[in-house]
Amino acid sequence: MLAKRVIPCMDVKDGRVVKGVNFVNLRDAGDPIELASRYDEQKADEVIFLDITATSDDRATTIDLASRASAQLHLPYCVGGGFRSVEDIRTMIAAGADKVSINSAAVAHPELITQAARAFGTQAILCAIDAKAVAGNPNKWEVYVAGGRKATGIDAVEWAKEAQARGAGEILLTSMDRDGSRDGFDCALTRAVARAVTIPVIASGGVGKLEHFAEGILEGEADAVLAASVFHFGELTIRQVKEHMRSCGIEVRL
Amino acid sequence: MIVVVDYHKGNLLSVERGLVAAGAAVRVSDDPAVIASADAIVLPGVGAFADAAHTMEQLGQREIIRARIEQGVPFLGICLGMHLMFEEGSEGAPQEDDEVSSNNARGLAVLPGVVDLMPCTDAAGQFFKIPHVGWNRVYGPNQQGTFESPLFAGIEPGEYFYFTHSYAAPTGPFVIGQTQHAQFFPSAVQYGPCAFGVQFHPEKSSDAGACLLKNFVNLAQAS
Repeated sequence: MLAKRVIPCMDVKDGRVVKGVNFVNLRDAGDPIELASRYDEQKADEVIFLDITATSDDRATTIDLASRASAQLHLPYCVGGGFRSVEDIRTMIAAGADKVSINSAAVAHPELITQAARAFGTQAILCAIDAKAVAGNPNKWEVYVAGGRKATGIDAVEWAKEAQARGAGEILLTSMDRDGSRDGFDCALTRAVARAVTIPVIASGGVGKLEHFAEGILEGEADAVLAASVFHFGELTIRQVKEHMRSCGIEVRL
Repeated sequence: MIVVVDYHKGNLLSVERGLVAAGAAVRVSDDPAVIASADAIVLPGVGAFADAAHTMEQLGQREIIRARIEQGVPFLGICLGMHLMFEEGSEGAPQEDDEVSSNNARGLAVLPGVVDLMPCTDAAGQFFKIPHVGWNRVYGPNQQGTFESPLFAGIEPGEYFYFTHSYAAPTGPFVIGQTQHAQFFPSAVQYGPCAFGVQFHPEKSSDAGACLLKNFVNLAQAS
C-alpha cells in the first residue's frame, strides 16, 4: 500500500530558512539544505522549499538552492513561489527540482497549469491553494492569493477541481484560518477538497501537536500531511510523527 | 562508462549524481554515437510516453539503444525509461478514432505489450488516487515476495521506493518486482541477464534506492 506522506516545509527568504528554526545539532540553522538533509535522514517522505520573497532579483538564489538540493538530498523535493511562466518552471526543473508548486500565477492564468503539465508531466505540477472559510457559511472556503493578502472570490473546492482538470498532479491545500494557530488542520476543508478531486491532496496549516497529523489523514482524508515549525523547532521528529500515525492504523514508511 | 540518455525532457541531475555516488563514471548525452560506445545505458524518465518516443526517434536514439540492449549491454530504464522498453504506450497518444487502429506510440519493444493507464479501483470497487505518488513497497514476483534478480541484491522484500506515475507496464514472466496500488502492477522488469526497468525512482529512494543503483553499477562493471 502507498504510505501516507509526512512533508516538512521550509519557508525560504534570500536563501535562508525563516519562520524560526531551532533544530538541535545544526551547524547553521538557517541553511535550507542542511535542514532538509536532517529531514532526509529522519525519513521525511519529501520536502518543500517555499520561496517567500520570490522577486525576480532573488530567483538566482532559489535556483542555486534547487541545484544544491539535487546534489545532496536523496528524496523528492518541491520548490514553490514566484513562478510566472513555463520558462520559470523549466529553469527550476532543469536545476533539479522534482516538482514545482504554483499558486497566485495559476489563479491569474489557469492555462499555466495546462502548459506546465504538458511540458513536464502532471507529476511535476502541484497547485497550491490558500483557502479561508467564508463567514457564515460553514462549508465554503474562498481562495486567497499574493501570500494570503488578496481575496479572489473563487470557491476553493471548485478551483481544486479545475486545477486537476488542467493537469495539476497534486493539490497543496493550506487553511489560512489554521495556519500558525497550532489548532490542527481544517479537516472539513481538507475532506471537501480530497473528495472533490482524484489527485492526491497535501494538508497544510495548523499542526501544533502529534495527534494532528493522524487527524489530517483520518478525518481530513488527506494523502499527505505538511508541517513546518513543529519540526524546525525540534518539538517533534519525523519518526515520532510516523510512529504515532502507525499506532492509529495509518500506513507510513518508517 | 555509463551513458545517461538525454532526450531533452528535463532534469537528469539526480540520476547522474546517484550513479556517480554508486561509483560509476557517468556521461549524459543525446548523441547516438556516444550511446553506441557506452559500457552501460541508463534511460531516465521524464514526460509522457508518446512525446519521449517521438523525440528519441528524431534524435536517432531508438534503434541504437534497442540494438545495444539486444547485444547484452547493461541497461536500466527508470520510470518512463522502463515504459519505453515495451512495444507501445498509450500515454500522450491521440484519441483512438476507431476500434481497430491504434494510435499508441512505439517503444523500444524489447519487452512485449502496451503500457497503459493504471486501474483506479480494486476488486471490491474501492477507489484509489491516480497519479500514484509517494512511497510504496516493492516485493519479488513469487508467492513469498522474495527477490530473485541481482538488481535487488541486499534489499529486503517489501522495501519502500518512491513512485510518481499514472501509467504502468503490462505483466509477464519478465516481472522481477511488483507493487500494490488499486491492483498489483509490475514495478521492476528484466530482459536477458542485465537489462532492467524500474517504475520507481531509485535516485529519490533513500538508502534502498542507492543500494539498487549500486547493484546496477556493479553488474555493469562486471560485464
